[in-house]
Amino acid sequence: MSFLNYLINGLSLGSIYAIIALGYTMVYGIAKMLNFAHGDFIMVGSYIIFTIVSTLGLPPGVGLLVAIILCTLLGITTEKVAYKPLRHAGSPLAVLITAIGVSYLLENVALLIFGADTKAFSSMISWSGVSLAGGRLKIQGFTLVSIIVGILILIFLQLFINKTKSGQAMLAVAEDKGAASLMGINVNKTITLTFAIGSALAAVAGALMCTAYPSLTPYTGAMPGIKAFVAAVLGGIGSIPGAMIGGLVLGVIEILGKTYISSQLSDAIVFGILIIVLLVKPTGILGKKIQEKV
Amino acid sequence: MSLLEVNDLNISFGGLHAVHNFNISIERGDLYGLIGPNGAGKTTVFNLLTGVYSPDEGRIILDGRDITNLKPIDKNKAGIARTFQNIRLFKDLSVKDNVKVGLHNIYPYSALSAILRTPAYHKAEKQMDERAMELLEVFDLAGEADTMSSNLPYGKQRKLEIARALATNPKLLLLDEPAAGMNPNETAELMDTIRFIRENFNITILLIEHDMKLVSGICERLTVLNFGQILAKGDTKEVLSNPEVIKAYIGED
Repeated sequence: MSFLNYLINGLSLGSIYAIIALGYTMVYGIAKMLNFAHGDFIMVGSYIIFTIVSTLGLPPGVGLLVAIILCTLLGITTEKVAYKPLRHAGSPLAVLITAIGVSYLLENVALLIFGADTKAFSSMISWSGVSLAGGRLKIQGFTLVSIIVGILILIFLQLFINKTKSGQAMLAVAEDKGAASLMGINVNKTITLTFAIGSALAAVAGALMCTAYPSLTPYTGAMPGIKAFVAAVLGGIGSIPGAMIGGLVLGVIEILGKTYISSQLSDAIVFGILIIVLLVKPTGILGKKIQEKV
Repeated sequence: MSLLEVNDLNISFGGLHAVHNFNISIERGDLYGLIGPNGAGKTTVFNLLTGVYSPDEGRIILDGRDITNLKPIDKNKAGIARTFQNIRLFKDLSVKDNVKVGLHNIYPYSALSAILRTPAYHKAEKQMDERAMELLEVFDLAGEADTMSSNLPYGKQRKLEIARALATNPKLLLLDEPAAGMNPNETAELMDTIRFIRENFNITILLIEHDMKLVSGICERLTVLNFGQILAKGDTKEVLSNPEVIKAYIGED
């Protein structure tokens, strides 16, 4: 039974990675850039929730809603101010380096405002969970909530992308910006929308992350951000179901690795997987081969 | 007043004067051909007309409106749609969804109403589905509406590109080598389709083509480009019997 418990915990952590990875993968798929500041959006979202819930004493739901709105605005602003002017720069490296710069900027602004000390994050979820098989299998409320939220987000994104005009525009821009704009698609608007959705997801991930590990510092977002990037690569970067699968697989591997191999080595295992994936199947589980244009 | 009026269009890439003093005047309802040897600058003209490039000099007037320096998206909204020499369909989208991308600006609803699934969203999506199917019927593609566009045979991909361009409801349709790579049967069928859409969509067509059978079969007027300059223009028959044109195409003996 304990294995099943670990597996469920892994899926729960994996759902959080998956939600973060979705943000990475959508932005990469559509804007063809890696937003390395994405992890720090999680941190920003968490601080917003912390301020509203712990400092102002408002209910967690309000905190989450405000965090989603502010993170969305942050994402849109970052894209407009930092990334858009560089979209046509000669080298794609320019925007990548800028993303790293934005990441440091956000971390240091948080350091300035909130200080370096660890804030204790109060749990967003008061549900104590369920007990199955006569009490032998206990699943925490938080664990179930993060899995359910992950699934709901995936369903929402699939519906949004495949069944709406804005989603179709995203797919069109992802494939061929030039042809899309010649067919009347506003490429800039589409990219902004992508950033908005990715950043809103980061706020949700922040709430879940800080409930799972209730200690908040300006660097809280960095590690999960990078692991979610690994998850996105593992699943096939650019692919939405890929990010989901990659996130879940990574979460399960991390928890099982911590339990059965070594808790100190768990990060090494995660990044070891990245190296293996890059060597064996660089396009990831669901990634497609990039074909040369003739 | 002509639908498209282009005056002294020029563009250079480094030292190459790719299009030199290009003029064209296309009347409403025309089926106009732009021909010339490889590298003559035909596709560059299309790229100038659709806003992919900005001209160094010259003016482009569509339906009385100066659209010279508009971006591609705004030129599309102004009423110009095109197909590509190398097919550029959205390969990962279904046949129907490709057409629906073209319908993007025709049935507007906001991203918010899509997220909230308001009645406006459902209504617009339904109208888009119906319109997309109508267009696919015209091109005999309705049976393949849910096929991935990359899985269509080549000739049908070319047709789908035309359907997608028509979906944007253009006044002027630019076809870049629509018959490239087609066998004679497919070309003959394509000629019928082009005639059909000109008559039924109330549209003006400018096409680039190398297939002389197609050009002489359906184009009423021609402009011939050679090394970025206009070599001849006028009635199809006259132009094709012009010795200069024959020389540019076949070379001197």
